[in-house]
Amino acid sequence: MESELHTEIQSAADIVTARQRGRTLAMEIGFAGVDVTLVAAAISEIARNIVDHARRGEIVLSRVENTHPHSRKGIQIVARDEGPGIRDVVKAMQYGYSTRKGLGVGLPGAKWLMDDFEIDSQVGKGTTVTMRKWLH
Amino acid sequence: MKKKSPRKIEPLTSSSTKQRADYSDPLLRELVAHLRQNRTQLREEWARRITDAQLLTAMSKEEIFSEATSVYDNYVEVLETGSVEALQAYARNLSERIIPRGVETHEVLGIVLLLRDVLARSLFKKYQTDFDLLNRVLDSYEPAANRIANTVGVSFVQERERVIRQQQEAIRELSTPVLQVRERLLILPIIGVIDAHRARQLTEQLLRGIRGNRAKVVVVDITGVPTIDQTVANHLVKTVEASRLMGASVIITGLSAEIAQTLVTIGVDLSKMNAVGDLQGGIEEAERLLGYKVISTPESPASASKETAA
Amino acid sequence: MAVPVLKQGDYLIASIQSVLSDADLLLLRDKLSGSVGEFRSRGVIIDVTVLDVIDSFATRTLRAIAHMLKLRGAETVIVGIQPDVAFAMVELGLTLEGVGTALDLEEGLAYLDTTLGTKKTMQNPGHGK
Repeated sequence: MESELHTEIQSAADIVTARQRGRTLAMEIGFAGVDVTLVAAAISEIARNIVDHARRGEIVLSRVENTHPHSRKGIQIVARDEGPGIRDVVKAMQYGYSTRKGLGVGLPGAKWLMDDFEIDSQVGKGTTVTMRKWLH
Repeated sequence: MKKKSPRKIEPLTSSSTKQRADYSDPLLRELVAHLRQNRTQLREEWARRITDAQLLTAMSKEEIFSEATSVYDNYVEVLETGSVEALQAYARNLSERIIPRGVETHEVLGIVLLLRDVLARSLFKKYQTDFDLLNRVLDSYEPAANRIANTVGVSFVQERERVIRQQQEAIRELSTPVLQVRERLLILPIIGVIDAHRARQLTEQLLRGIRGNRAKVVVVDITGVPTIDQTVANHLVKTVEASRLMGASVIITGLSAEIAQTLVTIGVDLSKMNAVGDLQGGIEEAERLLGYKVISTPESPASASKETAA
Repeated sequence: MAVPVLKQGDYLIASIQSVLSDADLLLLRDKLSGSVGEFRSRGVIIDVTVLDVIDSFATRTLRAIAHMLKLRGAETVIVGIQPDVAFAMVELGLTLEGVGTALDLEEGLAYLDTTLGTKKTMQNPGHGK
């Protein structure tokens, strides 16, 4: 049982690797059915974001546990890159699912699929996205 | 006799305790020794009082004594080590076993409080000649005992909640069957209030139903749904789209004026959504889409029979 | 991983066998484009049963393929999208607007028959069977 699973993201092929690993880990943790696919889809979008904008980065998958509000398990996905960074995070996150035009769903798409979502980005330094999904 | 090994002092987390229990406290150690020495009588007394109070009636006397023994020993271990882990595990296990037998929360809390009382009284008896010492022993005992009661109670309640959630799930699944009435046609009657969770569950059921029954048309009847909020309305729209991705078209029937309004508010073009007045109409529309001939029965007044070229 | 493309009468059937990378999808696009031209196919079925995720790139590409094939005179239908995958797609707001969809291969063929008006019955009464 790994504590953390690192996947280098350098090319489109790595997107598949990252999401397959995410799928496997999600199932190990106990996610079933649709939730596994949602996790895989979120990873796919985030990884794709790295490939499209930052060229390279890494995705770290891990199990997490929480005690509040009650004991629960989940999966955590951290996507890091040293790309250009996002100038206006708020705006980038606004491009919402409800517009339905969006096919470049990236960040807002992933956020919608997950339970917790944090993003830390600095222009010129890079971006770190942390997201979690919990077993209900 | 178990060897006492030095353990880390664990801070109490219970909000009901006023002070921290110091598990290296010699008084507490003396208390533990007392409980060990008098294990037999105290357990028996406890079991007797449980029966007198008419608790755990779902269990036999032997079972009560057996569980009482386990709880007692776990109790003493918490007092000795300061760690509630073993007790928590036991409490969860016990809950899993007794809940199906109908044991209720008040019974579990009742027996824990009874044990507390039995032990407290035996302390009164032992230290009756020295009021000061008795007070100090009780001061040591109190926070630990509260924590134990808390742990057992909470474990039981959590397990109960888990069971209730499971049962609710099962009921939800049963209450919204996906019905296959004709080849390639599914009907999903939805009744009652839909929250986001149930909406999601319905969608999953529906999509799997489409695959399992190879449905080309699904009639979703929401006559029995009084109102939906925007989240659920959004969800309904997504369900229609997801069905289409699987090659099935969705007909919505029983759309109340209120729900229609909610849909319009979130920006749904109702003319695009295939909404038909009532379930009967919906089924007829579905059959039309599937290429069936629909002929009106002789009883109904001169409505033209709807025919489609196959 | 190359996607096998079979010819069935007027139609082409592309059966995706395993998870596709971006590059594979683009290769598929080129392959279908070429084949449609070569065989003058009127319909194309892309079977995605095996895919466990259809993300934004895959959706864009499938739409692009359908659009491109349409320009070359062929109708496209995507078959085999699984329940979980369909759910994830709509959650992400991905649609295959403008592209035909059907449950499986059999339905896909029926869809093409209907859409293209392919008649199995004799068109010319003069022909004997």
